[in-house]
Order: sequence, then structure tokens, then C-alpha cells
Amino acid sequence: MRKEIENLQNEIIRISGVNPRKCMRCGKCSGTCPAYDEMEYHPHQFVSMVESGDIEPLLNSKSLYQCLTCFACVDRCPRGVEPAKLIEAVRLAAVRKQGQNHMTANDIPEKLDEDIPQQALVSALRKYSK
Amino acid sequence: MKVSYFPGCTLKTKAKDLDAYARKCAEILGITLEEIENWQCCGGVFTTARDEIATKLSSVRALNDAKEKNQALVSVCSACHNVLKQTNYAMQTDEEFASRANNYMQLDEAYLGETQVLHYLELLRDVVGFDKVAEKVVNPLKGKKIAAYYGCLLLRPNSVMKMDDPENPTIIEDLIRALGAEAVIYPYRNECCGGYVALENPDSAKEKSLKVTNSAKNAEADIILTACPLCKYNLEKNGADIPVVYFTELMAEAFGIKEDCNA
Amino acid sequence: MQRIGVFVCWCGSNIAGTVDVQAVSEALKNEPGVVFSTNYQYMCSQAGQELIINSVKEHNLTGIVVCSCSPRMHEATFRKTAAAAGINPYMVEIANIREQCSWIHKDMEIGTEKAIILGKAAIAKVNLNAPLTPGESPVTKRALVIGGGIAGIQTALDIAEAGFPVDIVETKPTIGGKMAQIDKTFPTLDCAACILTPKMVDVAQNDKIRIFSYSEVEDVKGFVGNFDVKIKKKARYVKEDICTGCGVCTEKCPMKKVPNEFNLGMDNRRAIYIPFAQAVPKVATIDPNACNMLKSGKCGLCAKVCTAGAIDYTQKDEIIEEKYGAIVAATGFNPISMDKFDEYAYNQSKDVITSLEFERLTNAAGPTAGKLLRPSDGKHPHKIVFVQCVGSRCESCAEKGKEYCSKICCMYTAKHAMLTRDKYPDTEVYVFYIDVRTPGKAFDEFYRRAVEEYNVHYIKGMVGKISPEGDKLMVRGSDLLNNKQLTIDADLVVLAAAIEPDKSARPLATMLTASMDTNDFFTEAHPKLRPVESPTAGVFLSGACQGPKDIPETVSQASAAAAKVIGLLAKDKLTGNPCVAQANELMCNGCSSCEKVCPYGAITYVDKEFRMPNRTTAIRRVASVNPAVCQGCGACTVACPSGAMDLNGFLNKQIIAEVDAICK
Repeated sequence: MRKEIENLQNEIIRISGVNPRKCMRCGKCSGTCPAYDEMEYHPHQFVSMVESGDIEPLLNSKSLYQCLTCFACVDRCPRGVEPAKLIEAVRLAAVRKQGQNHMTANDIPEKLDEDIPQQALVSALRKYSK
Repeated sequence: MKVSYFPGCTLKTKAKDLDAYARKCAEILGITLEEIENWQCCGGVFTTARDEIATKLSSVRALNDAKEKNQALVSVCSACHNVLKQTNYAMQTDEEFASRANNYMQLDEAYLGETQVLHYLELLRDVVGFDKVAEKVVNPLKGKKIAAYYGCLLLRPNSVMKMDDPENPTIIEDLIRALGAEAVIYPYRNECCGGYVALENPDSAKEKSLKVTNSAKNAEADIILTACPLCKYNLEKNGADIPVVYFTELMAEAFGIKEDCNA
Repeated sequence: MQRIGVFVCWCGSNIAGTVDVQAVSEALKNEPGVVFSTNYQYMCSQAGQELIINSVKEHNLTGIVVCSCSPRMHEATFRKTAAAAGINPYMVEIANIREQCSWIHKDMEIGTEKAIILGKAAIAKVNLNAPLTPGESPVTKRALVIGGGIAGIQTALDIAEAGFPVDIVETKPTIGGKMAQIDKTFPTLDCAACILTPKMVDVAQNDKIRIFSYSEVEDVKGFVGNFDVKIKKKARYVKEDICTGCGVCTEKCPMKKVPNEFNLGMDNRRAIYIPFAQAVPKVATIDPNACNMLKSGKCGLCAKVCTAGAIDYTQKDEIIEEKYGAIVAATGFNPISMDKFDEYAYNQSKDVITSLEFERLTNAAGPTAGKLLRPSDGKHPHKIVFVQCVGSRCESCAEKGKEYCSKICCMYTAKHAMLTRDKYPDTEVYVFYIDVRTPGKAFDEFYRRAVEEYNVHYIKGMVGKISPEGDKLMVRGSDLLNNKQLTIDADLVVLAAAIEPDKSARPLATMLTASMDTNDFFTEAHPKLRPVESPTAGVFLSGACQGPKDIPETVSQASAAAAKVIGLLAKDKLTGNPCVAQANELMCNGCSSCEKVCPYGAITYVDKEFRMPNRTTAIRRVASVNPAVCQGCGACTVACPSGAMDLNGFLNKQIIAEVDAICK
């Protein structure tokens, strides 16, 4: 079990290119995050929880689908940690598991209105499914 | 001058006007936008994971087409521009990613990020020059208070986009002034509208969008100006009671060609 | 043939942990010239040195190889040991088997092998060593202090106290520096002006001290004990010796809208000005960029109102040349620009200010006469947010901010917060912090008082974004301990901007050939043991130009630098370094290559008569090295195309012998 967690942790660090050890715990990412209120785990927690291997709660958290990938945390982090990339890697680790797509093409029709740009649909599918 | 042009999915459907104004204005400024043949959707967002290859190949293909024509690659939509620039950067800096992408592409010569990727705004600022843009204005937009809305994708991540100061940008404001209008500065101009989360959590998008609109209105703006169809959708859908307009439309108006585009 | 002794040091386990010292001393026993080889736990200890001295006598040694730490650490120690044993100090060579061997290897076998090779190289060199005798040079008994802040002031006062003349060069029209701008000082809350201005007056009244204000160092030549310095005294268009500092001109000048740099641009001064009431020298200065008379010849009002007749519109910059024995850099610091941190809206709102601006806003001599009022509307702020670490502790590649901790911000922020609560109990004060760093005497107690007695709200977390809305500043940040994102509607925000060395430090370092780190702080000769000396002999460091420092630390270092200067100036003669270059005149072809590369100007060319075949003579142009100026860098030996230049103690043949020994 410990081995499994370690593998997952290494995989997330590898594909994100993020080194969570660079974090100095200042919380600026969470201080600037526009989706903070929608998230159960906040950007700085993603960083520290991945670092400590406490990844399971993140995989099951709705927070994964509330991040706007607006890169505010990436640009404003004083240490160059890039939390959004880490959140993206955890999200991929979740949706890449078989049957774990968070949104599929079948879900789309009920979400449509006549003005919604195509861009929103392809973006959401790319973020929420594999 | 000729440049390669990547319109993107939304400019062919819900945002046809954004595209039409861009083409007409380019003509006036002496720029020919050559649409890339058989371009494919960029995917809307750049997946930052380094092992995501296939989802980025449509961008690599477009970038390589521009390289073969020895042209810069221009796009108008903020999202396409963001994906193209980030993909190009990955091709330049991430050796493993570039080699895997090239393996898929089977090109005669490997693509390694040689193409210059420009947003239409950068084309105006760096190639045409805002002074030249100002010269073409026949219908100066005097007295209009306009709030430039950058959102997130135009400026960030700054290490890759390198378009403007991500916290205190001026590129759209400079365009607004070149067109004869007054630019108003407001704090939420570089905050996110809610983006694609509008589908997953419309309430979240509503809250983000309202903050932007209210911030612009507090600064006494008459109009919000954007380069992104999704920003425009989110702001309008979520109670913007001032017009949200594409920057190309405002240019067309100042150039006195808005009617031609609609015809 | 030399009789060489080899002494291998364990350095406790520093060397012996990774190098088999017994094997090394055994292996080196059989090298050419070696007659004795041993190892010992601490060669630099008294017992170790006695071991060397006794061995010299016992084995009649003529040369010594010590396999130990870097020569930067203990070469001088072992040279003294050699002298005590009666052999020439330059017959000692150090093989660095610590920094360049044991510390960087983990494997004992590899470490031992390398240590033996390094030892062999040193032995090969000593075989070719010759005794060297250093020359002597006189000492000019006058010091130059560059920078007139509290660091420069303290250094100058201490040197003068010892009886040596000192000159202070200050770029601004007055001495006083940053401390003159500060309101109160932590942790005792003394009024800064009350403790600084008496010192400024002491400087002015001390007949050993000359102040060159509104002046810059233009050129430095020479070497320790014998520096030739050119100082540019900028034209201030006021005769310093006649001006009484009455200030009438500064009240009558019609140019009223010149941003006042002393108040950081928060109010205006005239084109002719005295920076502040206690300025030293208390003399007016005309700003040539603002003065109508100087720009267009129309005005002349200040000359009309000056009863002393001190105004002189024709004054020119003046170059003063002076000799010094020692130079002290005391160029200080500045807060960094906030331009790249506009998520904090510094450029968007007048009510987002830096901590130094806050000092001026609370200073009785400041733009608001000490009343804490918002710059935008002059209203009293009821909610103030302080943000710490703005631009400090940033990753180096973030392209904005500094990697280091600016050290002084935690304490001055606590001071600002406490003073605000003390004077305006109706004002709520919040401090966003990452860590509160208070290592200093009575510092942590001070910070705790701010929290416990004055009810300052300390929030662990960083501010992410500040949005000016109406007359409020919406401050959004993390409250990490409560796991919350906060938005505070503040009236005023104070940014604790990182500090950086003054921009004049870099060109000055080039003139002084003094080294700097990547942040443009001056480097000290040794980070622990020689903290106030630059590696360049005769150049000393005082205050924040060496690293961020608060006032107590600056003053300590300033006095320490003065002590070092006094020690130097107290000597009548200086012993030079005998490891200097020399030209073999027979081989020199007069090409000037060496002269061009010499960074110290130590090489000149002379015409010399040479005997030629057939009993004729010829005049040839050949290089000549001034051994007092040469620093032994060796650049000339590499540049010389004919191999005529050689460096004593590092002769070409010695270097080749070392390389041969390594490659064998």
C-alpha cells in the first residue's frame, strides 16, 4: 500500500513537473485563488498533501473540478511552485482510471444553452474526461 | 504582409463576428490572414501534464504549417492563442515531449518550436504599431469609457505568454486609446470569468463573472472589451448590463467598416 | 635538493572520515625530496604546529607540505609555523585535501587516491620553490568612507577618534542616509532623529573629518595603504563655505512643484532646497533639472534674497584628488521597486504604500507633520493592512524580487503596527506574515507586545491580490491557520518591500576591484572570521552594502570596520606579497600585451640599454612590474606571448611540475 502511494506521488510529480518541496508555506496561491470558496482542498493544501503522500482525499474531492486553471496561483507564487499544474496532474490521475470520467459527451446536451461557445464544451471535456 | 491564421472552432460558429471583424481590419492595416488549411480544434485548454501528447498534436500541426510557409501564426481567440503558445513553448523547452510529439507527427523535418506565435493584439502592437492603427481611424470613439478585460488566458502563465505585465497590462488599453476612446483601469481586469467551469458549476461562474462586471462598472465603464468568446458568454450570461464587445468589433467601428462586416 | 617534510592533517573526521590519512602519509614518504612524512589529528593546533617545528629541526627540513584544508583557511598559519622553525615561509605548500577532496567524495578509496595525487603535486612544487622576501610599502594615514548613512558616520567617527583623518563621500546633499528618514527605532522606540542628529553634528564638528557631500567617487587607483582617489564634487551652485543655511532662498524659490525625494515624492520641495532641518552640511543645493535660472537664465531670485551672497550659478563640477591608506564601502540599501508586484496595486492606488513611505507619513517632519493620513484623500485610515515579505524570499528564476530574507521587515512592521495602535486606538491593524523572524536582543518580546498588549492582528498567510474599490482597498489573502480566504476592506495598505544594495555599489566595486555576490552585496573576505573586510586588501565593509542589516547590527559592523582601518593606519610600513610578477627582460619583446591585461596598472614599459653581439648596444622597450602595485593575479603571465612574464611563487615551471605530478 505504501509503495502504491509512493508510485502515485511520483507519477503526479513527474507529469506535473512540479516540485512541491519548493513551497515555503506562504499561502499566496490560496490567497489569490478565485475558486477558493468552491474548493474543499485549497491550492496550498494540494501542494502539501501531495508532498506528504496524502493523495487519496484529493483524488476523491470535488475540488479537482472547481479549479479554473486560471494560473493566478502559478504567476503569483513567489517560489515558482505552480500549484495549478499539480492540481491538473491529480485530476488526470483521477479521470484516467477506468470509468472515472467526471463528465462525458452524454452529459452535455442538458447543460447547453443556445449561446454557449464550442470552446466551453471542448475545454470541459478535455478537463473532465479521458 | 502575410501571416498564418488559426481561427479556432468558436470563431467558425458562435463567434463568427469576432472572426469577420478581425479579417476586415487586417485588410485595412495591410495584413493578409492566410487561414491554415485543415486546421483542427486546439482543444480549448492546454493540458499542463507533460505526458499528454495526442491532445496537443493539432496545435503542433498548425504550428508546423506556419513554419513551412515561414510565417508567424496568429490567432484572435484568447484560448486558441494560449494553447498554441504553451504548446510551442513545450516543443522548445521539453525535449522528451517534443521528441514524442514529433514521433507521432512523422514530419520530414522535426518541429522544435520555430514558429513565432502572435496574438492578434501582439500583431497590432509589435508588427503594425498602434500609431499606424490610429492613422486608420475614421470614426474616433471619443467619450467612450472602455474597460479592457484580459481574463486569465491572454496573460498567464506569464513565463510562457510573455505578452505584457500580467499584473498591470497595457496592450488593450493602448489599443483603446489608439481608437480614440478612454481606457478605464479596474482591478478585476485580469481575474478569471469562471471559464469552462460554467458547465460544471454555473453558480461559480456567475459569481466570478459578476465580480468582473461590477468592478468594471465601479470604474464607470460603458463597455467591456474582450478577446475571448467564453469570457463574453460568461459575462453576458451572468448579468452584465453593459455591452461586452470583441476588440475587433470596436476596431471595425473606429475604422468605419462595421456595416461592411455585417453585410 | 630539498629536504621536504610532509604533514597530513585529519581535521578530526573532516578529512580522516573519507581519506585514509595513514595511507596518504605512507604513500608520500617515497616521493622525490621527501625525507619525513607523518599525520596528526589537528595540524593547525598548537601541538600540531609544534610537531612541524620539531620535525624541521630533527630532520633538517628545507621545505614543508601540509595536506590539510584550503590555503585560504590556514596557509598563513603554517607559513608562520615555518618562520618559527627558521625556514622561509614561502617554502610551505598546502595540498587541499579537505574542500577539494574529503568534503566532495564519499568513497574512502577514491578520496585517498585523490589525496595522494594532490600531495604529490604539492611536493613537486616545493622541490622548485625558492625563498621569497616580501617588500615593504608606506601607509597613507588617512581613510576614505564612501557613504554617509549611519554606517559611514559611525565608521568615520571611530576612525577619527583614534586620531586619523577621515573623508566621507556622500552622493546626497546631506549625510544621514536612511536613518534620517526613519521615525522611531525598534525595539526601544527611540526617536531616530534624536539619536542620529547628534552624531551628524559630531561629524560636522570633528576637525579630523571632512565631508564631501553631493559628491561621488570617480576613480580609484593604487593598493592597500596607497590609494589614489578622484572625487567629483558636483556643482550645487551654492558656495558651501558662505551659505549659512538660513533657508530664505528655499522659501522664495518660485519652482514649488519638484517632487521631494526625502519624503519619497509624497510632497514637493523647491528647486533650491535643504533636504531636512538637521541636514549636515546645512547648505542649500540647487537642482539643475528644476531651476529656471540654470535652464533658461530667467529668474535669479535666490541670488537676490541671499544676504550672504552664497549663490553661484556658474559653479562647475570639481575633481578632488586625494591619497588614502584605507577605503570603507558604506553605500547602504534601497527598497526595491514595486512595479513588478502590481497584484498589490501599488501603481494603481496612492493608498498602497511602502514601509519607508509609512515612516515619512508618521514622522513629525514628514509631509503630514506626523499625522497618519491617507495619501489619496488626507483622511485618517481606520483599517490598515501590512503585508510582509513583498519581494523577499522569491525564487531566483521568478525574475522579480530577491531570493534572500530582507531581515529588517518583521521588526519594523511590528513597530509600525504597534505605534499605530498606540497613537490611534480606533484603527484596526492586520499583519499578513509568512514567518515572523525576530532574532535579536529584545526583538521577540517586542513583537509579542504588539500582539498581546496592542492587539495587532497577525495573520499567517500571504496576500494574493489587492483591488482598489471606491475608497477602499479590498485585500484578499490566506488565513492559513483558520483555513480561510479573507477579504479585508482596508483604508491603507503598507508593503514591506524587499531591500537591495544601492545602485552605486556595483560600479564602485569595479573601481575597488572588490568582489560582490549575485545580489550585488559586497562579499566579505571570510563569512565568519573576516566579516568586515573585502578580499581586496585595504577595502573594508560597513553596513547594509554587505547584507541586509538593522541599525544595531549596522553600527556594530561600522565600528568593527573602523577597528580594522585603525589597525591598518597604525602601521608605518606594510609588508607586501612577494608572489608578484616579474619580467624576464631578455625574453620580453615589448608587445604591451601584459600592460593591457593588468587590472591593477602595475606594469609599465621602460627603455633599457642592452649589450648586443659585436660589442654594440641597443635600446629596447621592456616591461617593468611595480611589485607594490602587483596583486599576483597572474593575468600577465598568461597573456605574454614570449613567456617572459612569470609569477614568483607560481613560476611556470612549478605549475608544469604540479601538472606532471598529477598526470603521472
